[in-house]
Amino acid sequence: MIELIKEMWPTLWPTLAAIAVILAFVPILGLYMTFIERKLAAYIQDRVGPNRVGPLGLLQAVADGIKIFLKEQVVPDHVYKFLYFVAPTISLMTAMFGLVVLPFGPVPPEYESGFRFIVAPGVDIGILLIFAISSLSAYGIILGGWASNNKYSLYGAIRSCAQFISYEIPLGLSILGVILAAGSLNIEKIVASQGASIWDWNFFWQPLAFVIFFTSSLAETNRLPFDLPECEQELVGGFHTEYSGIKFVLFFLAEYTHIVASSFMTVLLFFGGWHFPGLTGPVDGSTAGMLLRLFVLIAKVGAVVAFIMLLRWALPRFRFDQLMGLAWKGLIPLGLVNLFLVAAVFTFDINKHFLAVTIVTIPIAGLISTWRLQRELNSTIALRAGKSGLGGASA
Amino acid sequence: MTTKTKKSKTVKWGEEPKIGWMEAMYLPAVFSGVATAIKHVMEGKTMTRQYPEVEPEIPANYRGIHRLNRDEEGRVKCVACYMCQTACPANCIEIIAAPAPKDDPHWKDRDKYPASFVLDELRCIYCGMCEEACPVDAIELTSVYDLTGMTREEMLFDKEKLLSVFDETVNSGKDPVRTNRGQLGPASEVAATAKQGPPPPGRGRPG
Repeated sequence: MIELIKEMWPTLWPTLAAIAVILAFVPILGLYMTFIERKLAAYIQDRVGPNRVGPLGLLQAVADGIKIFLKEQVVPDHVYKFLYFVAPTISLMTAMFGLVVLPFGPVPPEYESGFRFIVAPGVDIGILLIFAISSLSAYGIILGGWASNNKYSLYGAIRSCAQFISYEIPLGLSILGVILAAGSLNIEKIVASQGASIWDWNFFWQPLAFVIFFTSSLAETNRLPFDLPECEQELVGGFHTEYSGIKFVLFFLAEYTHIVASSFMTVLLFFGGWHFPGLTGPVDGSTAGMLLRLFVLIAKVGAVVAFIMLLRWALPRFRFDQLMGLAWKGLIPLGLVNLFLVAAVFTFDINKHFLAVTIVTIPIAGLISTWRLQRELNSTIALRAGKSGLGGASA
Repeated sequence: MTTKTKKSKTVKWGEEPKIGWMEAMYLPAVFSGVATAIKHVMEGKTMTRQYPEVEPEIPANYRGIHRLNRDEEGRVKCVACYMCQTACPANCIEIIAAPAPKDDPHWKDRDKYPASFVLDELRCIYCGMCEEACPVDAIELTSVYDLTGMTREEMLFDKEKLLSVFDETVNSGKDPVRTNRGQLGPASEVAATAKQGPPPPGRGRPG
């Protein structure tokens, strides 16, 4: 056994090191993302945000963490104990498991020895694994909502189901074009396929796929405008109404881990990963090059995370029938159109950048899908205006 | 629709706005929402007041905690006339009057003074009626707004405490003595009224 470990050690320690990095990273990240989110929210709302604890309020995250870990462990009498405890761990575990095949830094082609920024390099089913695992996260939410044995939680769980069957399909459809272009499910190869120049980034020639993917991944992370399972105004806390203390923290960490994972996916699949103008081509093994690429990747991911946080304060929440309508009537047809066009481009050897024109299909699809809605809305307005008095709108 | 037209002469009827394609499409609203959010981040203006470090500017007519004014000789201006106690809608003032010590030269021009003047700051509703009622401008509300205490007893402000509030606030610049009534009533200015004769009718107490 020991000899086996000794034999494997050169390939084993980088993996263990990467796992350690992720395990250490996720809680700190969760804490500081709450801090960053609060700060960003404050700036958007013309406030200052937390600035009392420590320099610039930086210790606020630590204070929050200490406070929430010292909270009483309330277990309501009416919950299904086992599932109640298991749900948050499933949630966090699935969220972290998705990070296994995500490169969180540049991965050189020869990853046989030395530290590398990925737990499992060269997994040929990379994206498939991520999608399979991250689909499980809905399981944690639904279990949590159901085990809480509370109407609000159950509503949250039901909405999560509705959301789940809506966003999974466009999410899968949107990346098919990317996979077609790269010819591989391996994330490193997908990133490498965007390496030649900035115009090779999938974003610039498959904007339609990007919009679909980003919208769906917002839904997957339970972020606004798709945070139906936990909308505070309607459902108290949604699926985590009955959760407090550390159990709540686990859900929370899961959500933030999901955001980071989705941002990584967005960057790796659509924004060229660690490539940048002037930083193209395959990864060289030098330390400086690695660090520079790591910085580029993290900066891009940070920008996407900031954008997701910003969306929260910019957009109102969807109703869940609206979300389902959007996914089924809007995103899925668009995803199919995108897939068809990408396939056509590769079949007929057309310059792939013509595909960028597909971005106009979004407004067109919007027009087509809304013109009836608009007429309906206006006809109800006319109806109400016809009725004088009580039903009408008076100034 | 005659009733409608008749109504519309007197009542202004609002029209529900028609929804255009652009609005029904939701996308322009998304972009404008994001643009607004980004604009606010970029502007970097904040409305927040850092309260304990930066004190708010209290308007001059703010009604904070009370004080008992002193006259020029440092005595309490109050003449224990019970006007404030009577006017107080919250019954928070309790005065015990006593005749001024006649043999003390310091008090020789005064008839009455409050032996005890207790004001319950917790019961007070800060309406300012006492200030209005006082004939000698002895009780005034200051702009001190951050009154705190650990017990109910310490929120019962007695005469010394109210006078010390005067000493603290009178020179702060924010709370000058608001003596804008010209000649004060007869009770506080015995010497002045002695020269003038009886007070003019319709001012202060009748008679």
